Amino acid sequence: MAYAPALQLVVMKTGAKTFRVLPGFRFTLGYTLFYLGLVVLIPLAAAFTKAAELTWPQFWKIVASPMALAAYRLSFGASFLAALVNAFFGLIVAWVLVRYRFPGRKLMDALVDLPFALPTAVSGITLATLYAQNGWIGKWFAPFGIQISYTRLGVFVALTFIGLPFVVRTLQPVLEDFEVEIEEAAATLGANRWKTFYRVILPMVAPALLTGFALAFARALGEYGSVVFISSNIPLKTQIVPVLIMSRLQQFDYAGATALAVVMLVISFLLLLVINGIQAWRGRHHART
Amino acid sequence: MASISTSCRAPTAEPAWVRWLLILAAMGFLALFLVLPLATVFAQALSKGVGYYLQALMDPMTWSAIKLTFLAAAIAVPLNCLFGLAAAWAISKFDFAGKNLLVTLIDLPFSVSPVISGLVYVLVFGAQGWLGLYQNAEHPWLPWLQHFLNAHDVRIIFAVPGIVLATMFVTFPFVARELIPVMQAQGRMEEEAARTLGAGGWQTFWRVTLPNIKWALLYGVILCNARAMGEFGAVSVVSGHIRGKTNTLTLHIEILYNEYHLTAAFAVASLMTFLALVTIVLKNWAERQGSARERSAF
Repeated sequence: MAYAPALQLVVMKTGAKTFRVLPGFRFTLGYTLFYLGLVVLIPLAAAFTKAAELTWPQFWKIVASPMALAAYRLSFGASFLAALVNAFFGLIVAWVLVRYRFPGRKLMDALVDLPFALPTAVSGITLATLYAQNGWIGKWFAPFGIQISYTRLGVFVALTFIGLPFVVRTLQPVLEDFEVEIEEAAATLGANRWKTFYRVILPMVAPALLTGFALAFARALGEYGSVVFISSNIPLKTQIVPVLIMSRLQQFDYAGATALAVVMLVISFLLLLVINGIQAWRGRHHART
Repeated sequence: MASISTSCRAPTAEPAWVRWLLILAAMGFLALFLVLPLATVFAQALSKGVGYYLQALMDPMTWSAIKLTFLAAAIAVPLNCLFGLAAAWAISKFDFAGKNLLVTLIDLPFSVSPVISGLVYVLVFGAQGWLGLYQNAEHPWLPWLQHFLNAHDVRIIFAVPGIVLATMFVTFPFVARELIPVMQAQGRMEEEAARTLGAGGWQTFWRVTLPNIKWALLYGVILCNARAMGEFGAVSVVSGHIRGKTNTLTLHIEILYNEYHLTAAFAVASLMTFLALVTIVLKNWAERQGSARERSAF
């Protein structure tokens, strides 16, 4: 009888989950926060404090200068188009890799990761050579007066390359888990294959497609390595924002570089929130269906 | 025709011509953007013959770049691996407020442009930064640390430590983001059982948790290492671009390319391409092992 209250206490504590069976909570969380702060948060905070040294008019003059505006336009425009092309072809590639069996499928599947694995500098010099006027691909466009390398078109090509895996890799697991029964139901209800695709399949993969698109877009916005080689990097014409930041740095204009960096950081954080939002929506969408 | 699977029943399968059209479109797209670049690297690298290729690789500057690249990866990867394990343990085994925020913050370096990743370290350690080398730095943040760095002439930016730090930043989330979902899916029951059977904390980790997550861990380490060795933008900002001293392989490629030593640039690039191909093979292997064992656990 004397043990009862003590036993009751233990039961109560475990019941309320205040008693931790597993060790290491303080140590691992402490180390996580320490390392995160040291490597990521403090350096990122440095960008904001450095930018805070500028007055509003100074800040505005840098981030709304014609050169900066032209760079935003190219960065956002080319990234958007590249993500759009990747969404379209990524859907086809993911569909083909998941649904069909043909020679070379596994090799192609593995190669999709190449843009992730290849250093961006290697991608950059390779694409610049390939799409140059005497390159294997560029020479087919040259007779029509279309120049790809060292133009805005080249920026688009590089951003398409580095964003390629995102849509494919986001869609593949969704298509693999897709229940054929749903398509069968559509077929028994009289839908032809095309109707089944755009009325049944497309709406169900849309959240994943949107996630892949947003990931490819976010990655393209920050890309530097591959673009710097394939673009001629001329201000107002073929210069993207990261290259503009880099040129400010090379001129030791740290305030200018930081102001632009803060604009890009805020945009990336917003994009990250949007992506997390889409994924939360995907989770609910998935749970409902 | 025989190679196309006919396991789908007719009403839920596309007509043959649609299938072939889609396969052709997908393969054409991948050939244009993946296979041709891959072929270009090796064709360019070998365009002046095997002798020139080997000569370019044997260059002392190439070797010092290889050494620095391996050094940066050898420091950044284990540190981020330890962090990944600690973070995944804290996040998957315990409940606490702000967990979602923490997971988002861990992913943060993925969404930061490489150039900005390098820039923020310049702002901390650079000449005019918080811990700047000049005695009259604008904002001495930790005066004792600044004094220490000055007194011992420790250079961080435009030197090797800066390259290591930038590499750590860009590869920061890799291991953690592979481990967190796997460990969350596995739950806490096995570890709790080990504890009730009398195992200590470390024993539980080594003998229960680690065998469960080893393939996911390997997967994360492979991706982390590939990015660490291949990083360009961030190290470009913090490196002094001094040949033989602060040049990593990717920076070495840039210099060779910009000096119109195209074949030499592609020879070094072929080395990194080979590394990328090995990474893809290892990644697929770890993925298969992982899906065969870790996911069959439940």
